[in-house]
Amino acid sequence: MNNESLSFILIDSLLLHNFVLSVFLGMCSFIGISGKRATAVRLSLAVTFVITMSSILCYFTNRLLVQSGTEYLRIILYIVIIAAMVQLTEMFIKKTNPSLFRQLGIFLPLITTNCAVLAVPLFQTSRGYSLLQSVVFAVGASGGYTLAMYLMSEARERLELSDLPDLSRGAVATLTIAGILSLAFMGFSGMGGE
Amino acid sequence: MSQHKDGEAQHGVAYNPNNGLEAFLSGLWEQNPVFVQVLGMCPTLAITNTVRNCIAMGLATMFVLVCSNTLVSMIRKLVPKQVRIATYILVIATAVTVVDYLVKAISVPIYQALGPFIPLIVANCIVLGRAEAFAARNPVGAAALDGAGVGIGFTFGLSCIGAIREVLGAGTLLGFSVFGPNFQPWVLFQLPPGGFFTLAIWLASMTAWKRRRQNRLVLAAQASEVRV
Repeated sequence: MNNESLSFILIDSLLLHNFVLSVFLGMCSFIGISGKRATAVRLSLAVTFVITMSSILCYFTNRLLVQSGTEYLRIILYIVIIAAMVQLTEMFIKKTNPSLFRQLGIFLPLITTNCAVLAVPLFQTSRGYSLLQSVVFAVGASGGYTLAMYLMSEARERLELSDLPDLSRGAVATLTIAGILSLAFMGFSGMGGE
Repeated sequence: MSQHKDGEAQHGVAYNPNNGLEAFLSGLWEQNPVFVQVLGMCPTLAITNTVRNCIAMGLATMFVLVCSNTLVSMIRKLVPKQVRIATYILVIATAVTVVDYLVKAISVPIYQALGPFIPLIVANCIVLGRAEAFAARNPVGAAALDGAGVGIGFTFGLSCIGAIREVLGAGTLLGFSVFGPNFQPWVLFQLPPGGFFTLAIWLASMTAWKRRRQNRLVLAAQASEVRV
């Protein structure tokens, strides 16, 4: 059991240990899709839904696994749950909002291999969070992901018009901005107290 | 493979060499997963603060790549097209479970240093990319060689980043002191921003080097034309 308070878990996963900028999770989508603000934010919302739902399902699955003594199946079952949740989200968006579905394209099924999604259930298991703590952690972590995506897409939309040296276009510029954002987020460390 | 010869790097997961040996060699350098394809960024940035971690992570990923490529290649004719990605992910997850327990058995300190990034190999796009682009269309031997090549290339890429971060950030290399006791470590390179900056510097210098090589080739071609 873990007795961290809910507000501490929320602030910790949102700012102190931001999933993208200080734990380095979900980098592929962070670098790949953060070019346009609208797409980035919508994809982050889809990721938020998948993370929260799979966090709850994985919590119960883990209890079953511990009871039956088959913890070695954990990674396999977690990824199956995530794949199922992604499929569900995909079907839901396709039905309710076909234009958004076309806009997100290949990146929607790729949420399955977004490591931020798999990391939430893995972390909550290794830290021994309760159900409520897990949900708060999932919301905080995906909120942190959305925040990082939003900041990054804003910065990149502005960079489009600026005159960068030829060598530093593309991935190099993105990584440098990410580094600067990450420096800024280090300013939060120490918040919440030890 | 003709595109590679003129120094143009092909970006993307879907390169598909003709045989095992070619696959092995192109995974090492021409299509290096870290520097050319820029895939598998999470472990590339997260665990590269010491060279020891980089080598351990690289070898673990290589093990998963060889296992999953071999298995996927074995079952490639049995799997219906619609469920192939799900099947590949299950195969990869099984290999990752094996490597998770292996690393824990071999060295507990390394297991603790790598933390959640060993189970997260499941979500590494390099592994799924190679299963889909190469192993699903090629015989077992070639697929295994391809996995080994990409794995070694990944280990090499990680170690390049890790070496810079460890030397500047801690003044050591593989745990041995480089600059002597009076060195004031540049701690930034051990922290998360250092990872971003180091990778950015490496990518920029790779692009610069490639462009120079290409320019020189063009100049040489022009010179020979003039002579004729």
